[in-house]
Amino acid sequence: MEVVESGEGELFLPPRMNEDRQWMLKNKSWALEPKVMSESDAVRKFIHEGDYIGTELYGFVRCPMSLAREIVRQKIKHLRVAGQGIMEIDILIAAGLVDKIDLTYLGYEVYGLSPVLRRAAQSGRLQINEWSNAALAWRLKAAALGVPFLPVRVMMGTDTFKYSAAKVVECPFTGEKVCLLPATMLDVGIIHVHRADEYGNCQIDGISGFAFETARASRRLIISCEEIISTDKIREYPEKTIIPWYLVDAVVEAPFGSHPGEMPYYYWRDEEHLSWYVEASKTEETTQEYLQKWVWDLKSHEEYLALVGKEKLDLIKSKAKGR
Amino acid sequence: MEYNQTELLICIASRQMEDRTSAFIGTGIPMLAAALAQKTHAPNLMPVFEFGGTGAKLEELPLGVGGSRSFYRALAASSICDVMEAAQRGLIMYGFVGGAQIDPYGNLNSTIIGDHDKPKVRFPGSGGANDIGSLVWRTIAIMKHDVRRFVEKVDFITTPGYLTGPDAREEAGLPPGTGPYRVVTDLALMGFDDKTKRMKLLAVNPGVSVEQVVENTGFKLIIPEKVEKNEPPTEEELKILREEIDPTGLYI
Repeated sequence: MEVVESGEGELFLPPRMNEDRQWMLKNKSWALEPKVMSESDAVRKFIHEGDYIGTELYGFVRCPMSLAREIVRQKIKHLRVAGQGIMEIDILIAAGLVDKIDLTYLGYEVYGLSPVLRRAAQSGRLQINEWSNAALAWRLKAAALGVPFLPVRVMMGTDTFKYSAAKVVECPFTGEKVCLLPATMLDVGIIHVHRADEYGNCQIDGISGFAFETARASRRLIISCEEIISTDKIREYPEKTIIPWYLVDAVVEAPFGSHPGEMPYYYWRDEEHLSWYVEASKTEETTQEYLQKWVWDLKSHEEYLALVGKEKLDLIKSKAKGR
Repeated sequence: MEYNQTELLICIASRQMEDRTSAFIGTGIPMLAAALAQKTHAPNLMPVFEFGGTGAKLEELPLGVGGSRSFYRALAASSICDVMEAAQRGLIMYGFVGGAQIDPYGNLNSTIIGDHDKPKVRFPGSGGANDIGSLVWRTIAIMKHDVRRFVEKVDFITTPGYLTGPDAREEAGLPPGTGPYRVVTDLALMGFDDKTKRMKLLAVNPGVSVEQVVENTGFKLIIPEKVEKNEPPTEEELKILREEIDPTGLYI
Protein backbone atom coordinates (compact mmCIF):
# COMPACT_ATOMS: atom_id res chain seq x y z
CA MET A 1 0.00 0.00 0.00
CA GLU A 2 1.64 3.21 -1.12
CA VAL A 3 1.44 6.38 0.94
CA VAL A 4 0.33 9.14 -1.39
CA GLU A 5 0.35 11.98 1.10
CA SER A 6 1.13 12.53 4.78
CA GLY A 7 -0.25 15.10 7.17
CA GLU A 8 2.47 17.27 8.69
CA GLY A 9 1.17 17.15 12.26
CA GLU A 10 3.08 15.25 14.93
CA LEU A 11 1.52 11.95 15.93
CA PHE A 12 1.35 12.65 19.66
CA LEU A 13 1.13 9.00 20.59
CA PRO A 14 1.78 6.40 17.88
CA PRO A 15 -0.67 3.45 17.99
CA ARG A 16 0.72 0.90 20.44
CA MET A 17 -1.31 -2.23 19.73
CA ASN A 18 0.97 -4.82 21.22
CA GLU A 19 2.16 -2.71 24.15
CA ASP A 20 -1.47 -2.04 25.03
CA ARG A 21 -2.34 -5.74 24.80
CA GLN A 22 0.50 -6.50 27.24
CA TRP A 23 -0.58 -3.61 29.43
CA MET A 24 -4.19 -4.85 29.49
CA LEU A 25 -3.02 -8.35 30.39
CA LYS A 26 -1.08 -7.00 33.33
CA ASN A 27 -3.35 -4.25 34.61
CA LYS A 28 -7.00 -4.91 33.79
CA SER A 29 -9.19 -7.22 35.81
CA TRP A 30 -12.46 -8.99 35.11
CA ALA A 31 -13.07 -9.43 38.83
CA LEU A 32 -16.09 -7.65 40.28
CA GLU A 33 -14.29 -5.34 42.64
CA PRO A 34 -15.68 -2.10 44.07
CA LYS A 35 -14.05 0.92 42.41
CA VAL A 36 -15.93 3.78 44.03
CA MET A 37 -13.62 6.60 45.15
CA SER A 38 -13.47 10.37 45.45
CA GLU A 39 -12.60 12.44 42.38
CA SER A 40 -9.49 13.55 44.18
CA ASP A 41 -8.27 9.96 44.64
CA ALA A 42 -9.28 8.91 41.11
CA VAL A 43 -7.42 11.75 39.45
CA ARG A 44 -4.36 11.44 41.74
CA LYS A 45 -4.16 7.71 41.19
CA PHE A 46 -4.73 7.50 37.46
CA ILE A 47 -3.72 10.76 35.76
CA HIS A 48 -0.06 11.70 35.66
CA GLU A 49 2.01 14.53 34.31
CA GLY A 50 2.49 14.19 30.55
CA ASP A 51 -0.36 11.73 30.07
CA TYR A 52 -2.38 11.61 26.88
CA ILE A 53 -5.98 11.94 28.00
CA GLY A 54 -9.34 12.00 26.25
CA THR A 55 -12.63 13.52 27.34
CA GLU A 56 -16.00 12.54 25.95
CA LEU A 57 -19.05 14.77 25.74
CA TYR A 58 -21.10 16.72 23.24
CA GLY A 59 -20.78 20.45 23.57
CA PHE A 60 -22.18 21.49 26.92
CA VAL A 61 -23.87 18.13 27.34
CA ARG A 62 -22.84 15.23 29.59
CA CYS A 63 -19.45 16.82 30.23
CA PRO A 64 -17.07 15.32 32.82
CA MET A 65 -16.77 18.75 34.45
CA SER A 66 -16.26 17.65 38.05
CA LEU A 67 -13.29 15.52 36.94
CA ALA A 68 -11.89 18.28 34.72
CA ARG A 69 -12.09 20.69 37.68
CA GLU A 70 -10.24 18.14 39.80
CA ILE A 71 -7.42 17.91 37.23
CA VAL A 72 -7.19 21.70 37.34
CA ARG A 73 -7.23 21.59 41.16
CA GLN A 74 -4.32 19.14 41.18
CA LYS A 75 -2.54 21.09 38.40
CA ILE A 76 -1.41 18.02 36.46
CA LYS A 77 0.83 19.48 33.79
CA HIS A 78 2.09 18.82 30.25
CA LEU A 79 -1.03 16.94 29.26
CA ARG A 80 -1.72 15.86 25.72
CA VAL A 81 -5.43 15.96 25.06
CA ALA A 82 -7.85 14.54 22.50
CA GLY A 83 -11.42 15.64 22.58
CA GLN A 84 -14.41 17.49 21.31
CA GLY A 85 -13.61 20.24 23.69
CA ILE A 86 -15.82 22.85 25.11
CA MET A 87 -15.57 23.92 28.69
CA GLU A 88 -13.73 20.91 30.11
CA ILE A 89 -10.74 21.32 27.77
CA ASP A 90 -11.08 25.10 27.95
CA ILE A 91 -10.37 25.12 31.70
CA LEU A 92 -7.43 22.72 31.30
CA ILE A 93 -5.93 25.07 28.71
CA ALA A 94 -6.78 28.12 30.82
CA ALA A 95 -4.91 26.58 33.75
CA GLY A 96 -1.86 26.06 31.52
CA LEU A 97 -1.95 22.28 31.79
CA VAL A 98 -2.12 21.32 28.11
CA ASP A 99 0.94 21.21 25.82
CA LYS A 100 -0.53 19.44 22.80
CA ILE A 101 -4.04 18.92 21.55
CA ASP A 102 -5.72 16.79 18.92
CA LEU A 103 -8.45 19.26 18.18
CA THR A 104 -11.65 19.07 16.20
CA TYR A 105 -13.64 21.95 17.64
CA LEU A 106 -13.12 24.26 20.53
CA GLY A 107 -15.67 26.99 20.92
CA TYR A 108 -18.71 27.86 22.98
CA GLU A 109 -21.31 26.88 20.35
CA VAL A 110 -24.20 29.40 20.49
CA TYR A 111 -22.19 31.55 22.91
CA GLY A 112 -19.41 32.19 20.39
CA LEU A 113 -15.68 31.59 20.03
CA SER A 114 -13.32 30.55 22.84
CA PRO A 115 -11.01 33.40 23.88
CA VAL A 116 -9.04 30.87 25.95
CA LEU A 117 -8.20 28.83 22.84
CA ARG A 118 -7.50 32.03 20.93
CA ARG A 119 -4.96 33.25 23.47
CA ALA A 120 -3.27 29.85 23.68
CA ALA A 121 -3.17 29.31 19.89
CA GLN A 122 -2.27 32.84 18.90
CA SER A 123 0.64 32.97 21.35
CA GLY A 124 1.94 29.69 19.88
CA ARG A 125 2.16 28.01 23.31
CA LEU A 126 -0.32 25.27 22.40
CA GLN A 127 0.63 22.71 19.75
CA ILE A 128 -2.50 21.90 17.73
CA ASN A 129 -3.32 19.08 15.33
CA GLU A 130 -6.49 19.46 13.29
CA TRP A 131 -9.09 16.73 12.85
CA SER A 132 -12.78 16.52 12.04
CA ASN A 133 -15.38 15.30 14.52
CA ALA A 134 -15.86 12.00 12.74
CA ALA A 135 -12.09 11.57 12.44
CA LEU A 136 -11.64 12.02 16.18
CA ALA A 137 -14.37 9.47 16.94
CA TRP A 138 -13.09 7.05 14.29
CA ARG A 139 -9.54 7.30 15.65
CA LEU A 140 -10.93 6.16 18.99
CA LYS A 141 -12.88 3.46 17.19
CA ALA A 142 -9.64 2.19 15.62
CA ALA A 143 -8.07 2.06 19.08
CA ALA A 144 -11.13 0.24 20.38
CA LEU A 145 -10.74 -2.28 17.58
CA GLY A 146 -7.12 -2.79 18.61
CA VAL A 147 -5.87 -1.96 15.11
CA PRO A 148 -3.38 0.76 14.13
CA PHE A 149 -5.59 2.75 11.75
CA LEU A 150 -8.97 3.06 10.11
CA PRO A 151 -9.51 3.96 6.43
CA VAL A 152 -12.11 6.68 5.94
CA ARG A 153 -13.27 9.16 3.31
CA VAL A 154 -13.07 12.49 5.12
CA MET A 155 -10.37 15.17 5.46
CA MET A 156 -8.83 14.51 2.04
CA GLY A 157 -7.90 17.48 -0.13
CA THR A 158 -7.98 19.96 2.76
CA ASP A 159 -5.66 21.79 5.14
CA THR A 160 -7.44 19.99 7.96
CA PHE A 161 -5.66 16.93 6.58
CA LYS A 162 -2.38 18.78 6.05
CA TYR A 163 -2.20 19.78 9.72
CA SER A 164 -3.26 16.37 11.01
CA ALA A 165 -1.20 13.22 11.45
CA ALA A 166 -3.29 11.22 8.98
CA LYS A 167 -2.08 9.66 5.73
CA VAL A 168 -3.67 9.15 2.31
CA VAL A 169 -3.00 5.84 0.59
CA GLU A 170 -4.20 4.02 -2.47
CA CYS A 171 -6.62 1.30 -1.41
CA PRO A 172 -5.17 -2.15 -2.21
CA PHE A 173 -8.64 -3.44 -3.11
CA THR A 174 -10.18 -0.65 -5.18
CA GLY A 175 -7.24 1.53 -6.17
CA GLU A 176 -9.09 4.58 -4.83
CA LYS A 177 -7.58 6.99 -2.36
CA VAL A 178 -8.55 6.60 1.28
CA CYS A 179 -7.50 8.51 4.37
CA LEU A 180 -5.91 6.45 7.14
CA LEU A 181 -6.61 7.71 10.63
CA PRO A 182 -4.10 6.60 13.26
CA ALA A 183 -5.66 4.93 16.30
CA THR A 184 -5.84 7.10 19.43
CA MET A 185 -4.80 4.76 22.20
CA LEU A 186 -5.28 6.91 25.29
CA ASP A 187 -3.51 6.76 28.63
CA VAL A 188 -6.68 7.87 30.39
CA GLY A 189 -10.28 8.33 29.29
CA ILE A 190 -12.72 10.48 31.25
CA ILE A 191 -16.47 10.04 30.83
CA HIS A 192 -19.51 11.26 32.75
CA VAL A 193 -22.54 8.96 32.66
CA HIS A 194 -26.03 8.88 34.10
CA ARG A 195 -25.68 5.77 36.23
CA ALA A 196 -23.05 3.22 37.17
CA ASP A 197 -22.76 0.45 39.72
CA GLU A 198 -19.85 0.17 42.13
CA TYR A 199 -17.92 -2.01 39.66
CA GLY A 200 -18.22 0.44 36.79
CA ASN A 201 -21.06 -0.92 34.69
CA CYS A 202 -22.38 2.24 33.04
CA GLN A 203 -25.68 3.39 31.60
CA ILE A 204 -26.17 6.48 29.43
CA ASP A 205 -29.59 7.89 28.53
CA GLY A 206 -30.20 9.43 25.11
CA ILE A 207 -27.48 9.78 22.48
CA SER A 208 -24.13 8.31 23.39
CA GLY A 209 -21.74 10.52 21.38
CA PHE A 210 -18.43 8.66 21.30
CA ALA A 211 -18.53 7.18 24.80
CA PHE A 212 -18.50 3.59 23.49
CA GLU A 213 -15.29 4.20 21.54
CA THR A 214 -13.53 6.35 24.17
CA ALA A 215 -14.08 3.75 26.88
CA ARG A 216 -12.55 1.04 24.73
CA ALA A 217 -9.66 3.22 23.51
CA SER A 218 -8.35 3.96 27.01
CA ARG A 219 -5.90 2.16 29.25
CA ARG A 220 -7.23 3.78 32.40
CA LEU A 221 -10.87 4.84 32.46
CA ILE A 222 -12.33 7.19 35.06
CA ILE A 223 -16.10 7.30 35.22
CA SER A 224 -18.11 9.91 37.05
CA CYS A 225 -21.84 9.34 37.36
CA GLU A 226 -24.95 11.14 38.45
CA GLU A 227 -25.89 8.24 40.68
CA ILE A 228 -24.56 4.89 41.77
CA ILE A 229 -27.11 2.14 41.35
CA SER A 230 -27.17 -1.48 42.46
CA THR A 231 -25.73 -4.25 40.32
CA ASP A 232 -29.18 -5.84 40.42
CA LYS A 233 -30.51 -2.85 38.50
CA ILE A 234 -27.71 -3.27 35.96
CA ARG A 235 -28.63 -6.94 35.57
CA GLU A 236 -32.28 -6.00 34.89
CA TYR A 237 -31.25 -4.10 31.77
CA PRO A 238 -27.91 -5.57 30.66
CA GLU A 239 -28.48 -4.18 27.13
CA LYS A 240 -28.18 -0.70 28.66
CA THR A 241 -24.58 -1.33 29.77
CA ILE A 242 -22.67 0.72 27.21
CA ILE A 243 -19.44 0.55 29.23
CA PRO A 244 -18.84 -2.72 31.12
CA TRP A 245 -16.95 -3.00 34.42
CA TYR A 246 -13.72 -4.54 33.12
CA LEU A 247 -12.93 -1.33 31.20
CA VAL A 248 -13.36 0.86 34.27
CA ASP A 249 -10.75 1.80 36.89
CA ALA A 250 -12.58 4.34 39.01
CA VAL A 251 -16.20 5.22 39.69
CA VAL A 252 -16.82 8.66 41.15
CA GLU A 253 -20.28 9.64 42.31
CA ALA A 254 -20.85 13.18 41.07
CA PRO A 255 -24.42 14.43 41.03
CA PHE A 256 -24.61 17.47 38.73
CA GLY A 257 -21.17 16.42 37.51
CA SER A 258 -21.84 18.02 34.11
CA HIS A 259 -22.64 21.43 35.65
CA PRO A 260 -22.71 24.09 34.24
CA GLY A 261 -23.48 21.86 31.25
CA GLU A 262 -26.65 19.81 30.93
CA MET A 263 -27.44 16.13 31.49
CA PRO A 264 -30.21 14.74 29.26
CA TYR A 265 -33.43 13.98 31.18
CA TYR A 266 -31.76 14.98 34.51
CA TYR A 267 -31.04 18.70 34.39
CA TRP A 268 -30.80 21.62 32.00
CA ARG A 269 -27.70 23.76 31.48
CA ASP A 270 -27.04 26.57 33.95
CA GLU A 271 -27.32 29.41 31.48
CA GLU A 272 -26.50 32.07 34.04
CA HIS A 273 -23.31 30.32 35.11
CA LEU A 274 -22.30 29.77 31.48
CA SER A 275 -22.72 33.47 30.80
CA TRP A 276 -20.41 34.20 33.76
CA TYR A 277 -17.81 31.86 32.31
CA VAL A 278 -18.13 33.23 28.78
CA GLU A 279 -17.67 36.74 30.20
CA ALA A 280 -14.77 35.72 32.44
CA SER A 281 -12.97 33.94 29.59
CA LYS A 282 -12.49 37.23 27.74
CA THR A 283 -9.31 38.21 29.58
CA GLU A 284 -6.52 36.16 31.09
CA GLU A 285 -7.00 37.85 34.46
CA THR A 286 -10.74 37.26 34.77
CA THR A 287 -10.31 33.66 33.58
CA GLN A 288 -7.85 33.05 36.43
CA GLU A 289 -10.28 34.71 38.86
CA TYR A 290 -13.01 32.34 37.68
CA LEU A 291 -10.75 29.31 38.24
CA GLN A 292 -9.72 30.63 41.65
CA LYS A 293 -13.32 31.04 42.78
CA TRP A 294 -14.82 27.90 41.24
CA VAL A 295 -11.90 25.45 41.44
CA TRP A 296 -8.86 26.34 43.52
CA ASP A 297 -10.72 27.86 46.48
CA LEU A 298 -12.80 24.68 46.80
CA LYS A 299 -11.71 21.27 47.99
CA SER A 300 -14.21 19.04 46.23
CA HIS A 301 -17.20 18.71 43.91
CA GLU A 302 -19.37 18.77 47.03
CA GLU A 303 -18.07 22.21 47.97
CA TYR A 304 -18.57 23.31 44.35
CA LEU A 305 -22.24 22.29 44.47
CA ALA A 306 -22.67 24.11 47.78
CA LEU A 307 -21.31 27.27 46.14
CA VAL A 308 -23.64 26.85 43.14
CA GLY A 309 -26.47 26.58 45.67
CA LYS A 310 -29.48 24.36 46.09
CA GLU A 311 -31.82 26.91 44.58
CA LYS A 312 -29.91 26.92 41.29
CA LEU A 313 -29.64 23.15 41.22
CA ASP A 314 -33.38 22.79 41.82
CA LEU A 315 -34.03 25.26 39.04
CA ILE A 316 -31.96 23.46 36.40
CA LYS A 317 -33.47 20.17 37.49
CA SER A 318 -36.97 21.56 36.99
CA LYS A 319 -36.05 22.70 33.46
CA ALA A 320 -34.95 19.24 32.26
CA LYS A 321 -37.04 17.68 29.53
CA GLY A 322 -38.96 14.49 30.13
CA ARG A 323 -39.55 11.93 27.44
CA MET B 1 -44.78 42.17 6.69
CA GLU B 2 -41.39 43.46 7.84
CA TYR B 3 -38.58 41.04 8.49
CA ASN B 4 -34.91 41.06 9.42
CA GLN B 5 -31.87 39.65 7.60
CA THR B 6 -31.69 36.53 9.77
CA GLU B 7 -35.33 35.69 9.06
CA LEU B 8 -34.70 36.11 5.35
CA LEU B 9 -31.63 33.82 5.49
CA ILE B 10 -33.61 31.16 7.35
CA CYS B 11 -36.49 31.27 4.87
CA ILE B 12 -34.25 31.05 1.81
CA ALA B 13 -32.15 28.24 3.32
CA SER B 14 -35.31 26.38 4.27
CA ARG B 15 -36.67 26.54 0.69
CA GLN B 16 -33.55 24.78 -0.67
CA MET B 17 -34.42 21.46 0.99
CA GLU B 18 -36.69 18.89 -0.59
CA ASP B 19 -39.18 16.79 1.33
CA ARG B 20 -38.53 13.13 2.18
CA THR B 21 -34.78 13.62 2.53
CA SER B 22 -32.26 14.01 5.32
CA ALA B 23 -30.23 17.00 6.43
CA PHE B 24 -27.19 17.24 8.67
CA ILE B 25 -27.96 20.17 10.93
CA GLY B 26 -25.50 22.56 12.57
CA THR B 27 -26.02 24.98 15.44
CA GLY B 28 -28.02 28.15 14.73
CA ILE B 29 -29.62 29.11 11.42
CA PRO B 30 -29.64 25.56 9.94
CA MET B 31 -31.74 24.37 12.88
CA LEU B 32 -34.32 27.07 12.27
CA ALA B 33 -34.25 26.48 8.50
CA ALA B 34 -34.86 22.75 8.98
CA ALA B 35 -37.62 23.35 11.52
CA LEU B 36 -39.29 25.80 9.12
CA ALA B 37 -38.99 23.36 6.20
CA GLN B 38 -40.57 20.65 8.38
CA LYS B 39 -43.50 22.91 9.19
CA THR B 40 -44.05 24.12 5.60
CA HIS B 41 -43.13 22.31 2.40
CA ALA B 42 -41.10 19.39 3.79
CA PRO B 43 -42.88 17.62 6.66
CA ASN B 44 -40.72 14.56 6.06
CA LEU B 45 -37.39 16.31 6.08
CA MET B 46 -35.43 14.35 8.67
CA PRO B 47 -32.93 16.26 10.77
CA VAL B 48 -29.72 14.43 11.63
CA PHE B 49 -27.48 15.77 14.39
CA GLU B 50 -23.87 14.73 14.47
CA PHE B 51 -23.81 13.30 17.99
CA GLY B 52 -26.57 10.83 17.17
CA GLY B 53 -30.01 12.48 17.29
CA THR B 54 -32.06 11.48 14.23
CA GLY B 55 -35.60 12.46 13.30
CA ALA B 56 -36.22 14.85 16.20
CA LYS B 57 -39.37 16.92 16.13
CA LEU B 58 -37.52 20.22 16.63
CA GLU B 59 -40.38 21.57 18.70
CA GLU B 60 -37.85 23.43 20.78
CA LEU B 61 -34.60 24.60 19.29
CA PRO B 62 -31.53 22.66 20.34
CA LEU B 63 -28.73 24.85 21.69
CA GLY B 64 -26.08 22.60 20.21
CA VAL B 65 -25.66 19.62 17.93
CA GLY B 66 -25.56 17.28 20.94
CA GLY B 67 -28.10 19.12 23.10
CA SER B 68 -30.99 17.29 24.78
CA ARG B 69 -33.39 18.82 22.28
CA SER B 70 -31.46 17.34 19.33
CA PHE B 71 -33.04 14.00 20.20
CA TYR B 72 -36.23 15.05 21.99
CA ARG B 73 -39.03 12.77 20.75
CA ALA B 74 -36.59 11.65 18.04
CA LEU B 75 -36.82 8.37 16.17
CA ALA B 76 -33.31 7.33 17.08
CA ALA B 77 -30.69 8.43 19.59
CA SER B 78 -27.46 6.76 18.57
CA SER B 79 -23.88 7.94 18.34
CA ILE B 80 -21.48 10.08 16.34
CA CYS B 81 -19.98 7.08 14.53
CA ASP B 82 -23.44 5.83 13.59
CA VAL B 83 -24.56 9.04 11.87
CA MET B 84 -21.18 9.84 10.30
CA GLU B 85 -21.06 6.31 8.91
CA ALA B 86 -24.56 6.80 7.46
CA ALA B 87 -23.21 9.88 5.68
CA GLN B 88 -20.14 7.97 4.47
CA ARG B 89 -22.46 5.23 3.18
CA GLY B 90 -24.30 7.79 1.04
CA LEU B 91 -27.49 8.12 3.09
CA ILE B 92 -27.51 11.85 3.87
CA MET B 93 -28.61 14.34 1.24
CA TYR B 94 -28.03 17.82 2.66
CA GLY B 95 -25.62 19.27 5.13
CA PHE B 96 -25.10 22.78 6.38
CA VAL B 97 -21.73 24.40 6.73
CA GLY B 98 -20.40 27.86 7.45
CA GLY B 99 -17.15 29.64 8.06
CA ALA B 100 -15.13 32.82 8.22
CA GLN B 101 -14.11 32.60 4.55
CA ILE B 102 -15.35 30.97 1.34
CA ASP B 103 -13.63 30.86 -2.08
CA PRO B 104 -15.00 30.54 -5.66
CA TYR B 105 -15.00 26.72 -5.38
CA GLY B 106 -16.93 26.71 -2.15
CA ASN B 107 -13.94 25.76 0.04
CA LEU B 108 -14.51 26.97 3.59
CA ASN B 109 -12.25 28.17 6.38
CA SER B 110 -13.29 27.91 10.02
CA THR B 111 -9.82 27.24 11.46
CA ILE B 112 -7.36 30.15 11.29
CA ILE B 113 -6.36 33.42 9.68
CA GLY B 114 -2.61 33.64 9.10
CA ASP B 115 -0.03 30.99 9.90
CA HIS B 116 -1.30 27.73 11.39
CA ASP B 117 1.24 27.37 14.16
CA LYS B 118 1.01 30.97 15.31
CA PRO B 119 -2.18 32.30 13.78
CA LYS B 120 -3.36 35.89 13.67
CA VAL B 121 -6.84 34.67 14.54
CA ARG B 122 -7.84 31.24 15.79
CA PHE B 123 -11.36 29.95 15.07
CA PRO B 124 -12.95 26.79 16.55
CA GLY B 125 -11.73 24.32 13.88
CA SER B 126 -13.58 21.81 11.74
CA GLY B 127 -15.97 20.15 14.17
CA GLY B 128 -18.31 18.18 11.92
CA ALA B 129 -17.93 20.60 8.98
CA ASN B 130 -15.19 18.70 7.15
CA ASP B 131 -17.17 15.46 7.50
CA ILE B 132 -20.32 17.08 6.16
CA GLY B 133 -18.46 18.77 3.31
CA SER B 134 -16.75 15.47 2.44
CA LEU B 135 -19.66 13.06 2.69
CA VAL B 136 -23.15 14.50 2.13
CA TRP B 137 -24.48 14.77 -1.41
CA ARG B 138 -25.31 18.46 -1.31
CA THR B 139 -23.63 20.99 0.93
CA ILE B 140 -25.38 24.27 1.69
CA ALA B 141 -23.19 27.08 3.04
CA ILE B 142 -24.73 29.91 5.01
CA MET B 143 -22.59 33.06 5.05
CA LYS B 144 -22.55 36.79 5.58
CA HIS B 145 -21.78 38.35 2.21
CA ASP B 146 -18.81 40.72 2.10
CA VAL B 147 -15.35 40.96 0.49
CA ARG B 148 -13.57 39.84 3.68
CA ARG B 149 -15.49 36.58 3.65
CA PHE B 150 -15.84 35.94 -0.11
CA VAL B 151 -12.18 35.69 -1.05
CA GLU B 152 -10.18 34.39 -4.03
CA LYS B 153 -8.16 32.11 -1.72
CA VAL B 154 -9.08 31.06 1.81
CA ASP B 155 -6.32 31.12 4.45
CA PHE B 156 -7.03 27.49 5.33
CA ILE B 157 -9.28 24.88 3.72
CA THR B 158 -11.12 23.45 6.72
CA THR B 159 -13.98 21.97 4.71
CA PRO B 160 -13.69 20.86 1.11
CA GLY B 161 -15.68 22.54 -1.62
CA TYR B 162 -14.71 21.72 -5.19
CA LEU B 163 -11.05 22.25 -4.09
CA THR B 164 -9.23 23.47 -7.25
CA GLY B 165 -12.03 22.87 -9.74
CA PRO B 166 -13.51 20.11 -11.92
CA ASP B 167 -12.68 16.55 -10.80
CA ALA B 168 -10.46 17.79 -7.95
CA ARG B 169 -12.68 16.25 -5.26
CA GLU B 170 -12.63 12.85 -6.93
CA GLU B 171 -8.88 13.08 -7.48
CA ALA B 172 -8.37 13.84 -3.81
CA GLY B 173 -10.36 10.70 -2.95
CA LEU B 174 -13.67 12.23 -1.89
CA PRO B 175 -16.86 10.37 -2.85
CA PRO B 176 -17.96 11.17 -6.44
CA GLY B 177 -21.10 13.21 -6.93
CA THR B 178 -20.81 15.14 -3.68
CA GLY B 179 -19.98 18.79 -3.13
CA PRO B 180 -21.23 22.34 -2.66
CA TYR B 181 -24.78 22.89 -3.80
CA ARG B 182 -25.93 26.31 -2.60
CA VAL B 183 -24.53 29.33 -0.82
CA VAL B 184 -27.16 31.33 1.02
CA THR B 185 -26.22 34.87 2.09
CA ASP B 186 -27.87 38.06 3.28
CA LEU B 187 -27.55 39.36 -0.30
CA ALA B 188 -28.12 36.46 -2.63
CA LEU B 189 -28.41 32.78 -3.44
CA MET B 190 -25.51 31.17 -5.29
CA GLY B 191 -24.97 27.80 -6.93
CA PHE B 192 -22.01 26.31 -8.81
CA ASP B 193 -21.33 26.13 -12.53
CA ASP B 194 -21.51 22.53 -13.77
CA LYS B 195 -18.43 22.83 -15.96
CA THR B 196 -16.01 25.05 -14.06
CA LYS B 197 -17.33 24.31 -10.54
CA ARG B 198 -17.03 28.02 -9.77
CA MET B 199 -19.63 29.90 -7.80
CA LYS B 200 -22.51 31.29 -9.83
CA LEU B 201 -25.16 33.82 -8.88
CA LEU B 202 -28.65 32.31 -9.00
CA ALA B 203 -30.90 34.88 -7.36
CA VAL B 204 -30.68 38.19 -5.53
CA ASN B 205 -32.50 38.92 -2.30
CA PRO B 206 -35.32 41.51 -2.20
CA GLY B 207 -33.99 45.03 -2.72
CA VAL B 208 -30.50 43.83 -3.67
CA SER B 209 -28.97 44.53 -7.10
CA VAL B 210 -26.61 42.29 -9.04
CA GLU B 211 -23.99 45.07 -8.80
CA GLN B 212 -24.23 45.02 -5.03
CA VAL B 213 -23.57 41.30 -4.96
CA VAL B 214 -20.58 41.70 -7.30
CA GLU B 215 -19.17 44.55 -5.20
CA ASN B 216 -19.35 42.45 -2.06
CA THR B 217 -17.68 39.41 -3.58
CA GLY B 218 -13.86 39.29 -3.51
CA PHE B 219 -13.62 37.07 -6.60
CA LYS B 220 -15.15 36.87 -10.05
CA LEU B 221 -18.63 35.51 -9.62
CA ILE B 222 -20.31 33.93 -12.65
CA ILE B 223 -23.31 36.08 -13.56
CA PRO B 224 -25.75 34.27 -15.82
CA GLU B 225 -27.96 36.12 -18.28
CA LYS B 226 -30.99 35.56 -16.19
CA VAL B 227 -30.74 36.19 -12.44
CA GLU B 228 -33.80 35.27 -10.40
CA LYS B 229 -35.21 37.26 -7.51
CA ASN B 230 -35.69 35.58 -4.14
CA GLU B 231 -39.17 36.03 -2.76
CA PRO B 232 -39.28 37.76 0.62
CA PRO B 233 -40.45 35.67 3.58
CA THR B 234 -44.15 34.98 3.37
CA GLU B 235 -46.51 35.88 6.18
CA GLU B 236 -46.95 32.20 6.89
CA GLU B 237 -43.20 31.59 7.12
CA LEU B 238 -42.69 34.53 9.46
CA LYS B 239 -45.62 33.54 11.65
CA ILE B 240 -44.34 29.99 12.07
CA LEU B 241 -40.81 31.21 12.65
CA ARG B 242 -41.76 33.77 15.30
CA GLU B 243 -44.59 32.02 17.06
CA GLU B 244 -43.66 28.36 16.86
CA ILE B 245 -39.97 27.94 16.15
CA ASP B 246 -38.22 30.72 18.02
CA PRO B 247 -40.84 32.38 20.23
CA THR B 248 -38.23 33.64 22.72
CA GLY B 249 -36.15 35.26 19.97
CA LEU B 250 -32.99 33.29 20.70
CA TYR B 251 -31.78 33.58 17.12
CA ILE B 252 -34.15 35.87 15.19
